[in-house]
Amino acid sequence: MDALIPFPHRQSAHCESGVTANLLHFHHISCSEALAFGIGEGLFFGYLPFIRINKLPLTTFRCAVGNILGNVTKRLGVKIRRQKFRSQDEAMATLDEKLAQNIPVGCQTGAYWLPYFPPAFRFHFNMHNLVVIGRDGDDYLISDPVFENVVRCRREDLQRARFAQGSLAPKGAMYYLESVPESPDMAAAVRQGLAAVCKTMLRTPVPFLGVRGIAFLADRLEKWPKKLGEESALLHLGQLIRMQEEIGTGGGGFRFMYAAFLQEAAELTGIAPLLQLSERMTLVGDTWRRFAVSGARLCKGRARPGDTYGELAGILRECARTEKEIYGDIQNLLH
Amino acid sequence: MKVEEVPQDNGMIGDYGHEVCYAVDGNGRYTLAPSLGWEAKNIVNDQAWATIAAETAKAHRLVKSGELSPIAYYQARHQMDVGLLASYVGMARWRVKRHRRPKVFARLPERILRRYATVFKVSVAEVQTVPDSFTPEQIRPR
Repeated sequence: MDALIPFPHRQSAHCESGVTANLLHFHHISCSEALAFGIGEGLFFGYLPFIRINKLPLTTFRCAVGNILGNVTKRLGVKIRRQKFRSQDEAMATLDEKLAQNIPVGCQTGAYWLPYFPPAFRFHFNMHNLVVIGRDGDDYLISDPVFENVVRCRREDLQRARFAQGSLAPKGAMYYLESVPESPDMAAAVRQGLAAVCKTMLRTPVPFLGVRGIAFLADRLEKWPKKLGEESALLHLGQLIRMQEEIGTGGGGFRFMYAAFLQEAAELTGIAPLLQLSERMTLVGDTWRRFAVSGARLCKGRARPGDTYGELAGILRECARTEKEIYGDIQNLLH
Repeated sequence: MKVEEVPQDNGMIGDYGHEVCYAVDGNGRYTLAPSLGWEAKNIVNDQAWATIAAETAKAHRLVKSGELSPIAYYQARHQMDVGLLASYVGMARWRVKRHRRPKVFARLPERILRRYATVFKVSVAEVQTVPDSFTPEQIRPR
């Protein structure tokens, strides 16, 4: 074996927040995944019917890829170096060079080409982040935060994944931390992260983002069976539930992870009422889960009384309403 | 969600270990709890794979009946549309569309076939044929 960097691999629910937290941990900044997610302003909602994934509308419960890492490093004063490549050979050579210097390297990859993924998860999804921590001949050792243990991946497979094509193609994107401050001001960073999420969720310039976006989706979803036909409506609903639960969200479209962050935030900032807000956010997560259960029964053709598009829209409106109150209350606490 | 409510409905993960969920423990503190999966997720994941299988089966049928070249089959199997395949082989979309016509495909030189074969991870010989029969079970991940 050439080198294996002593990297603190910790399994996470979500790739980017997990990578961010683990990279900070390697540099002796203690940071949980939830904390990275919160400081990084990860929570979001967007229903973007004009962007299609497998011919179905894109729904997102988190901010754009790369933003969590960008926001966390900015708010903690960490210096990060990011690179993209035209040449695949150069991209792999640069990775090897950094590994030889004992620097763990984060990479953006396309999950479809990673052989260590369970087959059921292998879709063309180009926003998967992982940390390469060593090379062993033709194999790389990878701390992939959504996996229990460090995994192995052949060089040609990793190269393919780094140069996956399609929407949001990673183009070999890689990053590593260059310098970290002695003791970053976590409380200030938490406040910034909280304020930013409330702002993006409450004050959106367009109707399909933020809490307005959730209500907008509810209106659209209610009309799906009439507008699209029964079969297509079910596909739309299935895709929505997959975006909410499958893509490494920690459950309830990241709402549970955010509730975990609010608990940590209460401690770090000393704003005790955030603890109650965490409990309310947990209830919102439970409501999202209820939406998924009821929707999945519809998809399976096992609808029970109450599993209708109208009822589902009602659940979404409940989420929108309660989330709106929560973000408003957080804003009041910060003032 | 409480720790004891974290679902353990294996399906998608198979024997690949477990994933983690955020859940509240007995003291009201959040903790990371292992989960083998969740039936709601399994259902919608199955639904997505059923769509892929149906499209692959359709492409297979059209290749067998001589309406499309084998590229259409491999493309569907790899969940690609023409645009995505075009960026993988580094050709314009219209060229890929043209290569989906059996007559054009039959005259393709090896260097072009090789580009498709590499993307689909098969040999140049394989990319010129499709399996005798296709059943959805062949790509069903579980």
